[in-house]
Amino acid sequence: MTDHKGILIFGETLNDTLSGTAKEILGCGRKLSDILAEEVTIILFGKDLNKAAQEAIAYGADTVYKANVSRLDEIGSDFYIPDIEKIAKQVQPRIFLMSQTATGSNIAPRLAYRLNTAVTTDCIELGFDKDSGLLQQTRPVYGGNALAIFTSELHPQMSVLRPKVFSPIQPDSSRQGNIIEIESITSEIKDKPKILKRVIQKSDGFRLEDAPVIVTGGRGIGSIEGFKQLEELATILKGAVGASRPPCDNGWVPNSVQIGLTGKIVAPALYFAVALSGSSQHVSGCSGSKNIIAVNKDPEANIFNVARFGIVGDWKKIIPALTDEIKKRLAE
Amino acid sequence: MKVVVCIKQVMDPEAPPSSFKIDSGGSSVVLPASISPVLDLYSEYALEAALKIKDASNAQVIAVSLGVNLQRDVIKKPLSMGADDLILLEDEAFADSDSWTTAYALAMAIKKINDYGLILCGRQSADWGNGQVGLIIAEILGLPVVTMVRKIDVSDKKTIIERTFEDGYEVVEVPLPCVLIVSNEIGEPRYPNIRGIMAAKKKEVIAWKPSDIKLEASQIGFSGRRNNLSRLFQPVRNSKCELITGDTPEETALNLATKLRENKLL
Repeated sequence: MTDHKGILIFGETLNDTLSGTAKEILGCGRKLSDILAEEVTIILFGKDLNKAAQEAIAYGADTVYKANVSRLDEIGSDFYIPDIEKIAKQVQPRIFLMSQTATGSNIAPRLAYRLNTAVTTDCIELGFDKDSGLLQQTRPVYGGNALAIFTSELHPQMSVLRPKVFSPIQPDSSRQGNIIEIESITSEIKDKPKILKRVIQKSDGFRLEDAPVIVTGGRGIGSIEGFKQLEELATILKGAVGASRPPCDNGWVPNSVQIGLTGKIVAPALYFAVALSGSSQHVSGCSGSKNIIAVNKDPEANIFNVARFGIVGDWKKIIPALTDEIKKRLAE
Repeated sequence: MKVVVCIKQVMDPEAPPSSFKIDSGGSSVVLPASISPVLDLYSEYALEAALKIKDASNAQVIAVSLGVNLQRDVIKKPLSMGADDLILLEDEAFADSDSWTTAYALAMAIKKINDYGLILCGRQSADWGNGQVGLIIAEILGLPVVTMVRKIDVSDKKTIIERTFEDGYEVVEVPLPCVLIVSNEIGEPRYPNIRGIMAAKKKEVIAWKPSDIKLEASQIGFSGRRNNLSRLFQPVRNSKCELITGDTPEETALNLATKLRENKLL
């Protein structure tokens, strides 16, 4: 038995609105809290959070702690930790959730240390153990070759959730909740890393992680020119081009488009995997995709094991034909 | 300046997925005899970062690894790449460590190394991939930490870091000593040259047992774990792949497009 009650969420904001991942964790937290019949509390940081706080309540929060901080765009992960630690010690939650973003994965292990507990990162499923009531946290390991379920007897039970796996609830603007303003204590930190400059690099079109369609090429594409063909298909589908590791190592595409263990983790609605075998290194970055379409001349390629649709054949013939066909259909 | 790099031996992540097996108890991975372990990719990126610092200054690069059954030809790679020393925390008692017990043992080893300037770790390992050890080491040692590091410039008492994030990068100033979690954007790890390989062969590794770094049995490996593995299993792929065929590439393309339309994916 534990004295810890309720679910605490660290919700990220983007220009003072609730981020997509914050809505997802609220959706997950709401489900768990309904099973427990306990409350959901969220912590938000921003300049003007009145709207974001209402949004959080509509998306499932019962209590919102809002920390008004100026110049949010200039602060780093370190600034969140003391405030969150303080609130977590005050609220004593049973469960503490955040998202596997750059910030979330930075602060979660450090907060777990400070709260004398453990954290499971990159979770794709949460449930309760029937006997102990402990949180069962499922995450992919070994590049997606296996799933592991972790439990800890320590409280809070902390999980970091993989983006785009959990669904937000239907927002209800009539939901009621408490909003509590807190005085941020971030200025008290010494010896913190200091951000000197922040450079936003806007890529053309979509950020790979946000693209609804991704056309990814592997070693079999063979050249820069080959990737131009994939680019054409991606463009008509309003998507982006990705790559497995070998094309990046060979310099056919920049490292920034690498998808996999040593690159980005994506989960688009439609994922074309072209001329790539599907090593666990790669599949761990794309297995969350809703629909994988594999094109490979080797019928034994592992990518067919995770694909919904597959074409066994030479991509050099298939991709141009498919590009023309889709062009035709979209023009109809 | 001492630059400590935490490294790990893992099962080769490029190995064919068909060779991946879990024991009948559902608690550990059966390492295929035919496939050699490798040095973790992110360990290599962290090493590369350390060696770049050594190229530009007279830093002493010390690699530290915790594990069991560490194969000498794998784990000595840091030495052949150019690291000065290799410390191994190799003991059965370290088996089944979690992020917490691993970080605690490494932190105690780093304390014994003493007088360190930088501690470098990889972003996440190819096996369990928790991405926690470096961050916990920073907490235990009370040091500042920067994640997703792609560039490091060291001067006297501070270091200037470039850190990547979702939309771009930040330039960050950090006081020394500090922990840096290195990402793949640091650049391709160098290949060991012949001279390096020969030197590594001759070089003795430094082995520390738990008692050498003041660790009690209750603080290490399985006994000290905070996070317990309840079950390990291979996911059942329920998405049976539907193969799309046709007599010509055009027909195949047409059939796929029709399928995508039917499923409202186009």
